[in-house]
Amino acid sequence: MKNEDLQNIINGFGTDLEFSTEASEFLNVIVPKEQLHSVCSQLKSNPDLKFNYAFCITGMDWGKELGVIYHLESTELKHQLVVKVMTDDRENPTLDSVHDIWQTADFHELEVYDFFGIKFNNHPKLRRLFLTPDWDGFPLRKDYVDEANMIVK
Amino acid sequence: MSNQEVKNKIKTEEYFVNMGPQHPAAHGVLRLLLTIDGEIIKNVEPDLGYIHRSIEKMCERDSYQQIVHLTDRMDYLSSNINNEAVCLTVEKALELEVSDRVKVIRTIISELTRLASHQLWWGVMGMDLGALTTYFYAFRDREMINDIFEETCGARLTMNYNVPGGLMFDIHPNFVQRTKDFIAHFKTKLPEYDRLLTGNVIFEKRTKGVGILTKEDAISFGVSGPVARGSGFASDVRKHHPYSAYDRVDFKEILFTEGDTYSRYQVRMAEMWESMSIIEQLIDNIPEGNIQETTKAVIKLPKGEFYQRVETARGELGVYINSDGNKNPYRVKFRSPGFSNLSVLNHISKGVKIADLVATMASFDFVIPDIDR
Repeated sequence: MKNEDLQNIINGFGTDLEFSTEASEFLNVIVPKEQLHSVCSQLKSNPDLKFNYAFCITGMDWGKELGVIYHLESTELKHQLVVKVMTDDRENPTLDSVHDIWQTADFHELEVYDFFGIKFNNHPKLRRLFLTPDWDGFPLRKDYVDEANMIVK
Repeated sequence: MSNQEVKNKIKTEEYFVNMGPQHPAAHGVLRLLLTIDGEIIKNVEPDLGYIHRSIEKMCERDSYQQIVHLTDRMDYLSSNINNEAVCLTVEKALELEVSDRVKVIRTIISELTRLASHQLWWGVMGMDLGALTTYFYAFRDREMINDIFEETCGARLTMNYNVPGGLMFDIHPNFVQRTKDFIAHFKTKLPEYDRLLTGNVIFEKRTKGVGILTKEDAISFGVSGPVARGSGFASDVRKHHPYSAYDRVDFKEILFTEGDTYSRYQVRMAEMWESMSIIEQLIDNIPEGNIQETTKAVIKLPKGEFYQRVETARGELGVYINSDGNKNPYRVKFRSPGFSNLSVLNHISKGVKIADLVATMASFDFVIPDIDR
């Protein structure tokens, strides 16, 4: 399906969705964080979209906001989409979990929590996956400082 | 007393067992927290990070040429394919078209890498199930591929042969002949692999119907590679999103639908034949052309987001580069096949015996640095 058609369908799923195809090979949509779960479940269940394969879930620190990027594909209809969600609360960032829509999100959200400190509502067991439970801070954030272990140029 | 009465009388309780981080069947430092009742697994919780080097963070510090070196160390058995993935992403961002010669050589070496990786997997899969002979058979043949790599790239495992814009240097004069010799040799040896292990009664009993993964679960858990194709999920990136020279060769995507350990085994065995066929189609007519396009000494990508998918020996590797226009990337993410494949392990291991978990893990072909990155 062409990006314009995708955009027309997805536009009806929520309010204030921002679309762009600039500087990316995929159609990008920025979803307000309150609507993330409802938009994502419609992306999967809509018979014209069927985004059933989340092939990449990336945690992101944009400097001011923290967020997650979901790369989605429909294995049947062969189209792709990038969903972005962000929060500007750096002290206590919280997003909704999508592990009940794509089960792969369970692990990837643990990774995002470990490195970016984003908490996911309704996640089955949020914990440190790679780092030790008493680790201080979230290393992939841009403002993370570790003078002992990081070489800063 | 009947068996059922005995079962009712004996009280069991669940307890924890650590499998790893130094367990021979994990082939690396993977720690699994098993909740078991007798020998039956109730829950598998992976605990990662024993070999995590934070490659993604290091990439934010390094230049684009330097990143390529780091990716060798993720999935070290697919090192050339990892290198290729980063180079393809950078070339995509720069809108740099490499010559046909580079594309063909990259494809041949990637397929040789896949063969070497599958050979190693076959050897250790037999070993995990108690058949030590397979290990020696596999290493005998894998050695020939490593020798080809050593001659052309200077290294046997972490080759680092790709650079953004092409290849570091041209292939060795012996490359074509030695590759052909290897294919001719391995064509006589692969049926030997089948005779040794495939029809073996013990092997079939240990693998058939064990660790069944359905197609729906495979898609939902983001499983890729031979594991997904053993469940009938057509996920081969080479076929569906062709890169390098894969659009000009004819090969089959191997699919099995049973979803058990045995079908994952069959997928890889059949894939080795396909890899040899791909190499044969390309090796005789490697086109002439530039071995490396000129790039600036300091590569700066335009502002934007770039994504490239490739098929490693383990499944789909995704490279996501977010550039803000500087000489270092703003954010790099490696979507590694092993990490997503591991996430399904708990789901398919509930209710099986510990020995079956070992068989399942062997068929998943985990490389731990690929999971940890």
